[in-house]
Amino acid sequence: MTALLSVQGLSVSFSTYGRTAEVLKGVSLDVPQGAQVALVGESGSGKSVTMKAIMGLLPQPPARIHAGKIMFDGRDLLTLPERERVALRGTAMSMVFQDPMSSLNPVWTIEDQLTTILKYADRRLGRDRDRRGRRARVIEVLSQVRMRDPERVAQSFPIMLSGGMRQRVLIAMALLSEPRLLIADEPGTALDVTTQAQILKLLRDLVEAQGLALLMITHNLGVVRETSNYVYVMNKGEIVEEGPTAGLFAEPRQQYTRDLIAAVPRLTGRVAL
Amino acid sequence: MEFLAFLARRLAWSLLVLVGLSVVIFVIARVVPGDPARMALGPRASAEQVTELQEKLGLNLPLYQQYGLFIGGLARGELGQSLLTERSVNEDIRTTFPATLELVLTTVFIAFLFGVPLGVAAARWKDSWPDNLVRAFAIVAAVMPTFFIALLLQVLAGYVLQILPTTGRLPTGTDFEANITGLLIVDGLLKGQFNIVFEAMRHLLLPALALSLATMGQMARITRASMIDVSRQDYMEAARAFGVPDRIRLFKYQLRPAFVPPLTIMGLEFASLIGGAFVVELIFSWPGMAAYGIRAITQKDLNAIMGVVMVSGVFFVLVNLLIDVLVGLVDPRIRIRGRRA
Repeated sequence: MTALLSVQGLSVSFSTYGRTAEVLKGVSLDVPQGAQVALVGESGSGKSVTMKAIMGLLPQPPARIHAGKIMFDGRDLLTLPERERVALRGTAMSMVFQDPMSSLNPVWTIEDQLTTILKYADRRLGRDRDRRGRRARVIEVLSQVRMRDPERVAQSFPIMLSGGMRQRVLIAMALLSEPRLLIADEPGTALDVTTQAQILKLLRDLVEAQGLALLMITHNLGVVRETSNYVYVMNKGEIVEEGPTAGLFAEPRQQYTRDLIAAVPRLTGRVAL
Repeated sequence: MEFLAFLARRLAWSLLVLVGLSVVIFVIARVVPGDPARMALGPRASAEQVTELQEKLGLNLPLYQQYGLFIGGLARGELGQSLLTERSVNEDIRTTFPATLELVLTTVFIAFLFGVPLGVAAARWKDSWPDNLVRAFAIVAAVMPTFFIALLLQVLAGYVLQILPTTGRLPTGTDFEANITGLLIVDGLLKGQFNIVFEAMRHLLLPALALSLATMGQMARITRASMIDVSRQDYMEAARAFGVPDRIRLFKYQLRPAFVPPLTIMGLEFASLIGGAFVVELIFSWPGMAAYGIRAITQKDLNAIMGVVMVSGVFFVLVNLLIDVLVGLVDPRIRIRGRRA
């Protein structure tokens, strides 16, 4: 079976002030249809750059992609004309943003922001939906992310909502145009652990219910275990290890992976008082 | 209801500001050396005449009593007699203030109309030629003195090209009484005399342009900085990731949150514009209050000074009240926080 998303030998460098840094060195990863894949690594390992390259959000310059392919649904995104690339963005593949506090526009209501996104997504897809239809879809998606009072949330400005609610709005935003691939950038990192757990469960339920492919990008192994069945471990711009999640936790082959697992705090052993 | 409470609170504060202003300007006007009575009567007047005028003006009374007299007059809406024009200050301000108001409002309109789009363009094409051009313009506009710009425009448009009038508010001998608002454009429209509206605009163009350049540059600079600030926010990247088109992102997602700083600075600019209007009014023979106020200061025409300052103060306070309301409309965060406070 061919993967829905297949990154092959992706190399990216950044040039600033005459110096060039190799940020990705031949990264390859596959996200099959309906699979839940995690990409884990510490800060600076290149996972966000990988994600931005897939979404087509890398600022070029300073970034330069000098090798590799990003195959989505059988087409190479890197050679696709800009128009078609933009057409995919936020529709066939969309993204759950990380920071609920800063990823929503503060001066427009939730409904306004979601309907605007939907309006232009519809236009790119050649879908005909009027204002009322868009509003209905927004309310529908807000209930899918288990908002108790979607009508009221839709009327609210971001500042009127809690962090957890804003994170749900960000998930709703990603689901608006029925994507096939969802890329999640450490959702809930900015929230407290209880709320984060709820958000992750919600995300997993939605992905399973709608049969979406999920690429979860995180530095948190707990999140990996919760949300994925296949995992790639990234370090210094390279994939150092990959495998089914359960197997990788049971028998990590690389020292780096063992270190990562050992770094997870545990509630065992003695505490010296 | 909430809105009315907000307005009431702001008005109460404004009143306090105005009382403070009246004290400060009252003391300053009297501490500055020079005897108003002597200056009004000239060097040839006898000592008795001077003493007589001093007593008439209450200048022989202690300061606090003089202030009491002034505030009492103010409460009755009575600003006293001008030594210079020998008319009531009320009358003088009634005739001169509308001219300055029309000039300053037109100036602000021009500064905003061009300054904000220039700032948006500079931010949109940051570090390329439109940006460099706007930044150069902003610096030049800031360092060129208003009198120089005024003279330059006067010479260019008035004498060389002869396309625009260079003095006054209307052609001399025009028979028109602006007795509704005092603003020629508004009164012309209200009375349906469109030739007056047209002439008033022609006369306004040069002085308002001269006065607006510095503010325009300032607006462009602040709009640019604010736009760039907003462009780095996560929600701008999110909008891009969801395929919201450039144009919508620029105006809807970026400009609106970026609009608060230029708006706030605009309110503050009004103060320097009234001050700066003096130069322009002088050069373009504009019968305005700024020129009247400066003459009053040089002649120590105490009542006129106090009147001009108080009227400017009230105007400034009201403008900033209006701007606070506008800021609340543009940015719901300010509205909502204000409600909680």
